[in-house]
Amino acid sequence: MGEFFRVLTDNQQVFLDGFVNTIKLFLIAAVGSLVLGTLLGAMRVSPVPALRAFGATYVNLIRNTPLTLVFAFLVFAVPKLDVNIDYFPSACIALTVYTSAFVCEVVRSGVNTVATGQAEAARALGMTFGQVLTLIVLPQALRAMVPPMMSVFIAMLKNTTIAAGFSVLEAGAIPAYMAERGEPQMVVLSWIVIGFLILIIPLVLLQRFLERKWAVAR
Amino acid sequence: MDDVTTGEPLIVLDGVNKWFGPLHVLDDVSLSVGRGEVVVVIGPSGSGKSTLCRTINRLEPIDSGSITFDGRPLPAEGKGLAKLRSEVGMVFQSFNLFAHKTILENVTLGPVKVRKEKPAAVRERGLALLDRVGIANQADKYPAQLSGGQQQRAAIARALAMQPKAMLFDEPTSALDPEMVGEVLDVMTSLAREGMTMVVVTHEMGFARHAANRVVFMADGRIVEDAAPTEFFANPRSERAKDFLSKILTH
Repeated sequence: MGEFFRVLTDNQQVFLDGFVNTIKLFLIAAVGSLVLGTLLGAMRVSPVPALRAFGATYVNLIRNTPLTLVFAFLVFAVPKLDVNIDYFPSACIALTVYTSAFVCEVVRSGVNTVATGQAEAARALGMTFGQVLTLIVLPQALRAMVPPMMSVFIAMLKNTTIAAGFSVLEAGAIPAYMAERGEPQMVVLSWIVIGFLILIIPLVLLQRFLERKWAVAR
Repeated sequence: MDDVTTGEPLIVLDGVNKWFGPLHVLDDVSLSVGRGEVVVVIGPSGSGKSTLCRTINRLEPIDSGSITFDGRPLPAEGKGLAKLRSEVGMVFQSFNLFAHKTILENVTLGPVKVRKEKPAAVRERGLALLDRVGIANQADKYPAQLSGGQQQRAAIARALAMQPKAMLFDEPTSALDPEMVGEVLDVMTSLAREGMTMVVVTHEMGFARHAANRVVFMADGRIVEDAAPTEFFANPRSERAKDFLSKILTH
């Protein structure tokens, strides 16, 4: 047992740096994919066929692509176009691009839970598409979106570990680092599992809070 | 009832056709509604009467023909269409009150967000309208807390808050329990008396008799008869209308 805690205390800076980077990656990609995914979701339910087609193509292209490939594309292929982005921003972009496809589908299915009569009544009052979506449909869709959205974000939190393979020192990079120091892998990996469990607790609490807050009587 | 039509008609449909796939739901429909006129549209289910009502504010686009409102053809989309819709009130069979807004918010949302009117003034007008339809004491409740009849009266107040030039009613009492039909029809009758231009799709023959200037009978996507209510109910000319009336008036 002493050995178990020693691994953490002897290497606390490595663990701390790793998880702080994981949290940074997560927060940036969460905000990014929430914005981009909602925009894509709005496109998919818009009355303009070109926008709907763009949204559908994006989702089908990205959702069917392995995340590692999206990372590889940004880290290795994009610099060939003479665009130089650092590893960390590249990882943020890769996660955002990938997660947005899933967020888009969550938004779209949330919108589909709202009775069509709601949007129709809003249109009949003379509201624009943007007003119908932001004033009437999305507020009522939020509640249905919370559980699947949290699943997407929890998956995304764990997907951040792929960034380790692309020179970003986040939690997923800790095992390799510790192997060099000769620390027991079993213990290192156990601490990383515990770290992720701790990170996920606030997300679960947030989900419960939002579901209560956005309860809508139908 | 006398002909109240003055000047040019407010709503004109000319040779309107619409298909739902292979179904010819509106078949060469022409109809004009004068200012202040109350036109009741009746007919069997599937005759196209609801679709007809919904084409007037372009909730249903049409395939051919033309529709003009207040002398202008209906805009196809965008700001123009939104503006037209803001001038035409619509009341739905299933009320469609915004479930996440209070009754008063339902009524004030349109004027504030679409017309950009001052919230304080709109609030006053909204409360007056709720008082007029008899539900002022429900202003701060949510739609789900009201009875069907109260919800539909709130929906009428919501449409009136936009100060529309005409009102469309798409089977406004069909989803109501029988004892609540009267309270909604009373509101509609008083609107008709005040000279609101109305197109009403309904199965309420009593309302058609005493509140309508004209009755339009539809079957299979066509307007089969278009007559004053007394004339229509006493002497329907077509077999379809005779058959329809015999089925609904015998009970």
